[in-house]
Amino acid sequence: MVEFTPKAAGAVPPAEVPDVELYHPTNWWTKYVFSQDAKVIAIQYSGTAILVGLIALVLSWLMRLQLGFPDTFSFISAEAYYQFITMHGMIMVIYLLTALFLGGFGNYLIPLMIGARDMAFPYVNMLSFWIYFLAVLVLVSSFFSPGGPTGAGWTLYPPQAIMSGTPGGQDAGILLMLISLVLFIIGFTMGGLNYVVTVLQCRARGMTLMRMPLTIWAIFTATVMALLAFPALFVAGVMMLFDRLLGSSFFMPALVELGERLEYGGGSPILFQHLFWFFGHPEVYIVALPAFGIVSDLISVHARKTIFGYRMMVWAIVIIGALSFIVWAHHMYVSGMNPWFGFFFATTTLIIAVPTAIKVYNWVLTLWRGDIHFSIPMLFALAFIVTFLNGGLSGLFLGNVVVDVPLSDTMFVVAHFHMVMGVAPILAIFGAIYHWYPKIAGKMLDDTMGKIHFWITFIGAYAIFFPMHYVGLVGVPRRYPEIGDMSFVPESINELNAFISIAALIVGAAQVLFIFNLLWSIRHGKDSGGNPWRATTLEWQTPTTPPPHGNWGQNLPVVYRWAYDYSVPGADEDFLAQNDPWPDKPDGAQA
Amino acid sequence: MSVILTFLLVIFCFGGWWLTKNHFLSKPWLEHGAPAASVDSDASHRQTAKIGLGVFLAVIGSLFAIFTSAYFERMGLPDWRSFQLPRLLWVNTGMLIACSAALHCALIDARNGFLVPARSGLAIAGVAGLAFVFGQLAVWVQLVNEGLGVSATPAVTFFYLLTGLHGLHILGGLVALAMTCASAWRTTAISELAPKIELCTIYWHFLLAIWLAMVVVITGWAEDIVVTCSQLF
Ligand code: HEM
Ligand SMILES: [Cu+2]
Repeated sequence: MVEFTPKAAGAVPPAEVPDVELYHPTNWWTKYVFSQDAKVIAIQYSGTAILVGLIALVLSWLMRLQLGFPDTFSFISAEAYYQFITMHGMIMVIYLLTALFLGGFGNYLIPLMIGARDMAFPYVNMLSFWIYFLAVLVLVSSFFSPGGPTGAGWTLYPPQAIMSGTPGGQDAGILLMLISLVLFIIGFTMGGLNYVVTVLQCRARGMTLMRMPLTIWAIFTATVMALLAFPALFVAGVMMLFDRLLGSSFFMPALVELGERLEYGGGSPILFQHLFWFFGHPEVYIVALPAFGIVSDLISVHARKTIFGYRMMVWAIVIIGALSFIVWAHHMYVSGMNPWFGFFFATTTLIIAVPTAIKVYNWVLTLWRGDIHFSIPMLFALAFIVTFLNGGLSGLFLGNVVVDVPLSDTMFVVAHFHMVMGVAPILAIFGAIYHWYPKIAGKMLDDTMGKIHFWITFIGAYAIFFPMHYVGLVGVPRRYPEIGDMSFVPESINELNAFISIAALIVGAAQVLFIFNLLWSIRHGKDSGGNPWRATTLEWQTPTTPPPHGNWGQNLPVVYRWAYDYSVPGADEDFLAQNDPWPDKPDGAQA
Repeated sequence: MSVILTFLLVIFCFGGWWLTKNHFLSKPWLEHGAPAASVDSDASHRQTAKIGLGVFLAVIGSLFAIFTSAYFERMGLPDWRSFQLPRLLWVNTGMLIACSAALHCALIDARNGFLVPARSGLAIAGVAGLAFVFGQLAVWVQLVNEGLGVSATPAVTFFYLLTGLHGLHILGGLVALAMTCASAWRTTAISELAPKIELCTIYWHFLLAIWLAMVVVITGWAEDIVVTCSQLF
């Protein structure tokens, strides 16, 4: 073994890593509500995200009811359908996935996994959550505003987004949406600063960057990307607010509405598309990278094996993060842009597939001849890999201009992005919750309920989205509340649509079981102990479970090894915790 | 979008340099043991605040870079008309430079242990900063009086948008400056003060740099420079 320092490892002086000055809560309000403890903030973030996520889930039910059984539900008008898809898409992508991965898992896992007491700037961290909460309130309030929420599609393309023909375009809907997004970005920036600086500055002694678990690498990279990409959405949102409120013409071309010429003129809707997708594509990886990191850790723990190609995994994360900033225009192949641009962006899009494929190979090689435990987190992690692969492959098709042009705006695209950025990250989130819930609550989630939840969700998601590819291939367009009689669409599509809708209802219902499990197990779950999965990373080595304010009690941990020492020959157990000095004596116990 | 892409390139180069500094080629599975503890915990604490500020400035940088990209894209469309910038803008620019300079002097004084000159430097900076804000408001009033309201032409709208956004950041800087002033008048321990002044100074220098970049963009000099350069080849 190579020694890490020229010094003998046995004789390290006691931990003197600077402590963050902790703010100690004095009453119930500062302990549970306006808390500055990253763990409480994490739970606040996750709880809020899951609650709005449920709204988005119900909206998807309503949409599927309309698509599966057109003309049956009189309360779902075309306008309402547009409002549903818009709110569903925006909530799922931004307010659920981004907030849950970075605000939820980021806050909970970063300090614990790198051996810190808390985030670098706890007060700013608290503000971050409350601004996010405000953003959610503004968003939800648009359901109750006159005219209802915006129906512009989650991409909010002008000019239609702010015109009277679109639900909420001339009412409060679009305004509330834009304001909510701006708030979200401000709140996220505060949190993001914390995640980045904490990883850079607050690591325990011995926790070098290349010893960090992949979860942390992934959340870190995703946060950096989000900090650089969200400003584009901010700019687009503010400029659209100007167009809508002050009558400027950033995005608005000359238009005639109801026979009257509007006062707009000369603006460019394409400019908005560039700004939106400059944010939008990195956003896909902002939710995918944390899922990658989490899944890497889950399969390593539950297959009792060293992650295959750790360095390659880290580099792939970083390279994917960087490349994803130069592919945005693959969402704009049909916008009439210069064909050479299309060629360029198709090329970069396909290049990203290389580091992504490396990750998939490495997962498979980690599993190869592993001691695979089919625990629920592992099931979800495996499901993630298959699903992501599936969505990634259809992405390779769509990345080519000639394939995308006919398929653009069909249900094929809807099926593709649900596989790759809808279902796959959600599966990773479920896996992560089953994995880390014992640390958060000190109790295991119920296994039987978990298994039922897993199988219904996994098989159900395929029942929904697999046939949808076919629906798209025959030409059913996206964002249509009903397709009417289109001569090129076979009759049988109606039955398929009804089938998909029923599957969607069942999958949705299974999530109720999951929520029930979360609540039920707080009281009735089996005691988990501190390290039920016998994992190496630091969060499992806290002196008490759930970890208290300040995480580590008297002494901060000292890190002696990387995060993946499973099945090391000669060791007593089949794992060596990161703070285990084996084969040397622990700190202070000099012989 | 070339401005934001250039900005990102700079960030990525920095990131690459940082990765090489942090041994991204090391083989963690072969390493064992922990390094000695850092001695100066105070210094690393100060470092944390500075790094936090640095990351924040990168975000602001990316915000303005994207605005500039959008500006150039919009400028390329046929209905673009530039307008006469009020002269007052140059006075304001002078104020902002004065503010940065005063802060810099305050920082040097504080580092050398002179409390009183540091205080006056801070005060001057505060006054200059406020003068900048009021000057900018006066520019807006002038424009409105000339009939150039917010939605007059895209160039004018961008002008309001960019100055407004920059102004908001300046207001934030003024709050930070006020807090630093408050602690400068409360304490006599100059060693605690210097790091605070340093953070303020970095922020204000950065906002000055952003402002100068915005001036280059708004006046159209940026375009002239690009045209001249392209004629060289
Ligand atoms: C039970 C699970 C889900 C079902 C049944 C479902 C169903 C749907 C349906 C029917 C549409 C509208 C298709 C159209 O007419 O254009 C849609 C759109 C969308 N969904 Fe989902 N969805 C689910 C989960 C998710 C998740 C987890 C995400 C997270 C990324 C997501 C993101 C989106 C987005 C971005 C849109 C596009 C909205 C738009 O066109 O503006 N969905 N979904
Ligand atoms: Cu994309």
